Amino acid sequence: MRMLPGLPSSIGFMLFSQAAAAEWRFNLPPPQTEIATRIHDIHTFILLVCLAIFVVVFGAMFWALFRHRKSVGHQAHHFHENTTVEVIWTVIPVLILVGMAWPATRLVLAQKDTADADLTVKVTGYQWKWEYDYLRDEVKFMSVLATPREQIDNRARKGPHYLLEVDEPLVVPVGRKVRLLLTANDVIHAWWVPELGVKQDAIPGFIRDTWFRAERPGVFRGQCAELCGVDHAFMPIVVEVRDEAGYQAWLDEKKSGMARAAADAERTFDAAELKARGEKVYAANCAACHQADGKGLPDIFPALAGAAIASGPAEAHIDLVLEGKAGTAMAAFKDQLNDADIAAVVTWERTAWGNQGSVTQPADVRARRK
Amino acid sequence: MDAHATTADPLASTHHGAPRGLARWLTTTNHKDIGTLYLWFAAVMFLVGGLMAMLIRVELFEPGLQVVQPGLFNQLTTMHGLIMIFGVIMPAFTGFANWQVPLMIGAPDMAFPRMNNWSFWLLPVAGALLIGSLFLPGGAVAGGWTMYPPLYLQGGISYDLTIFAIHIMGASSIMGAINIATTILNMRAPGMTLMKMPLFVWTWLITAYLLIAVMPVLAGAVTMLLTDRNFGTHFFDAAGGGDPVMFQHIFWFFGHPEVYILILPAFGIISSVIPTFARKPLFGYASMVYATASIAILSFIVWGHHMFTVGMPAAAQLFFMYATLLIAVPTGVKVFNWVATMWRGSMTFETAMLFAVAFVCLFTIGGFSGLVLAMAPVDIQLQDTYYVVAHFHYVLVTGALFSIYAGIYYWLPKWTGHMVDETLGRWHFWLSAISVNVLFFPMHFLGLAGMPRRIPDYALQFADFNRIASLGGFVFGASQILLLWVILKCIRGGRRAEAKAWEGAEGLEWTVPSPAPYHTFAQPPEVK
Ligand code: HEC
Ligand SMILES: [Cu+2]
Repeated sequence: MRMLPGLPSSIGFMLFSQAAAAEWRFNLPPPQTEIATRIHDIHTFILLVCLAIFVVVFGAMFWALFRHRKSVGHQAHHFHENTTVEVIWTVIPVLILVGMAWPATRLVLAQKDTADADLTVKVTGYQWKWEYDYLRDEVKFMSVLATPREQIDNRARKGPHYLLEVDEPLVVPVGRKVRLLLTANDVIHAWWVPELGVKQDAIPGFIRDTWFRAERPGVFRGQCAELCGVDHAFMPIVVEVRDEAGYQAWLDEKKSGMARAAADAERTFDAAELKARGEKVYAANCAACHQADGKGLPDIFPALAGAAIASGPAEAHIDLVLEGKAGTAMAAFKDQLNDADIAAVVTWERTAWGNQGSVTQPADVRARRK
Repeated sequence: MDAHATTADPLASTHHGAPRGLARWLTTTNHKDIGTLYLWFAAVMFLVGGLMAMLIRVELFEPGLQVVQPGLFNQLTTMHGLIMIFGVIMPAFTGFANWQVPLMIGAPDMAFPRMNNWSFWLLPVAGALLIGSLFLPGGAVAGGWTMYPPLYLQGGISYDLTIFAIHIMGASSIMGAINIATTILNMRAPGMTLMKMPLFVWTWLITAYLLIAVMPVLAGAVTMLLTDRNFGTHFFDAAGGGDPVMFQHIFWFFGHPEVYILILPAFGIISSVIPTFARKPLFGYASMVYATASIAILSFIVWGHHMFTVGMPAAAQLFFMYATLLIAVPTGVKVFNWVATMWRGSMTFETAMLFAVAFVCLFTIGGFSGLVLAMAPVDIQLQDTYYVVAHFHYVLVTGALFSIYAGIYYWLPKWTGHMVDETLGRWHFWLSAISVNVLFFPMHFLGLAGMPRRIPDYALQFADFNRIASLGGFVFGASQILLLWVILKCIRGGRRAEAKAWEGAEGLEWTVPSPAPYHTFAQPPEVK
């Protein structure tokens, strides 16, 4: 349903030239779902009402400021009460508010209606990445910021999707009702994609749901919206909406990838292979805190370069990564990473930056899982 | 007169001038001294919080990380919020209350002068704890001024110190509020009925009750954080059966009335300034009082509008949306009354009036964006974005802070005995009023376009407006040095102020000489 169909799609477009508005974004991004469209329209409607009130009230005020000033010889009139006027300016706002609340109420009910979904994805927020779990299809993966560190540190030119790009987007079919179940592993995050008109907090220990139905294929970008620690700015969300065939192809490809990963857990790797894989896992999961150079951040995140644990018995090292450390920012990675990845990252930590620890294999990790 | 007779006269010992030196300020029980202390404390904290804001704007000047790394950035935004709210706006208003309430109701001092001294001197202790925590291992608190767990449970020692600081500030506020309410209820001059009190006194009376009602709630919430952090409780830790969202409910049950604690006294100041310079009585006095009271009452049932994205059931969202919209009605009444007060007056535009007019206009912009945010479905897009940042800076900077400026320019002649330098004041006004809009208006666009708040780095599409906002911020920050200059200049000299410093001023404070003597209204005045 489109409210007030005659309205221009953007107040920004009314106030500024079309060309300028193309570069300067003054308004909500172009909506891609029915809900986002309705949000957009209600916002425009309220903005116009506010603008009208503003013009009337402050038109009167500025009139007074110019006409009723001492310097033009205006004498003060000493009235200070008028019940009729006061009743009028109490009742009219009430009516305006009722007019605003009506469409908003209907939209709240629509936003809350998560029934009859075609696809359900469980979304888990971690410091600082998202996990997507396609419940029916047994496809599950992490989605991490893909912008290289050099761009953030101004050592390389920033790409067009700077900070809004991930290694693996959430992929959904067009025109289908996608229900998201949200939770978090550590602190509260919020999953937000403006174009889809969805924002929902992901709360540890609780499951909340929301939904969207994308009307067109495309790539839509958002960010975590709830302050979640140091790298809050660096956990974007990318949703790729594909047509049905494209979605199926992606799903099949993902499933075979999952099968390969499961097979990995049974294999024995050579050290070079483990290190290469470990470096990647480390960059995606650990470097945010322990830093790429392994030096950590003083007093906040410990250094792993030269750490006793990295040259001591491998069991202790594996246990720490599997179970984390309760009450600190060091999370348990047992549900986030598979055995091969944990073996690889532990190997990397034990051999990089001059560390002299041993190499660990997926089987070692499996042995430590409780 | 012999020595015995002198000491027998209870008033004799109080009829001296101010004692000198540091001891005067440490031991003072004089409401004017304590008001001055509060105001200077606010000024110092404003400098600290302002410098943090400048650093934030430097980092946000362009995409990429340049000056401030994310960890420190989060500390800066958190501390900026805590300092500006608890260290600047609240103490400044309490300073106004200390100076003005006794003068306006014809009382010789506050009801509990010693407690008054104590409530002030707690503040520097709390401030020192808060700012000192910046230099501890791991730095200051970085979880946002809203202190949401579980994030807040992750931090180091400074998180505990901040809780302690909040307890101390809370105790200070509660004592201040009790003092102000008692003074207003018991110490009015004969003939000054409640409905004859200046509106500033009314707004503070209601604010005092809000403070007494909600500061203990905040204290409870942070105490639960403290025991979760240190003593193994699990109030807010889901792993132990706790509920992180529960904290948000408790926090905002404090937090929303707190918003009105930060703005009701502003309404009072503006309601004093506008009639003076319009040379016309305040329009709709009674409706102003009722509007203030209804805003205060409604403020207890709207906290959920800060939590539209936590996933409340539809019924709760609708309830909080309707309740929030209702607040627009009494707030609108206030704005209409101010405009009606100006209507057909005989206005002049001294700096105090300029700030008051800017307040009415710009605060209303903050009110409108509040209306947009109150719409639950729209808030889903805007919550935790720069739109919210724009909204609360319009109500707190061009609202609360501008009212404080208006109050300073308005009452400085009474406090110092000198008129302010209006030329400098005008410069301060125009520079502030223009730059503050360059600073905060683009933030509406940023929020709409999708920029989250509390991020040290952002996508390229947000670059232009951030740059503009930063430039506005630097000018705004620098302009505030002018205010310091104006104040110091006014303290040191200037045209002598008469008892009634402004032609259109009404009220008891203008019946005592300027500067107001150390002791006033030893004999209560008669109010007809
Ligand atoms: C959210 C920040 C964060 C992330 C991400 C993180 N760690 Fe940690 N890590 C910590 C903190 C904090 C500690 C210190 C805990 C303590 O107080 O003992 C720690 C401790 C460790 C230690 C023990 C260091 C020692 O000397 O005792 C190891 C090993 C470790 N982390 C490995 C990893 C690995 C491997 C990853 C990635 C898979 C990782 N960490 C990701 C924050 C993090
Ligand atoms: Cu997050």
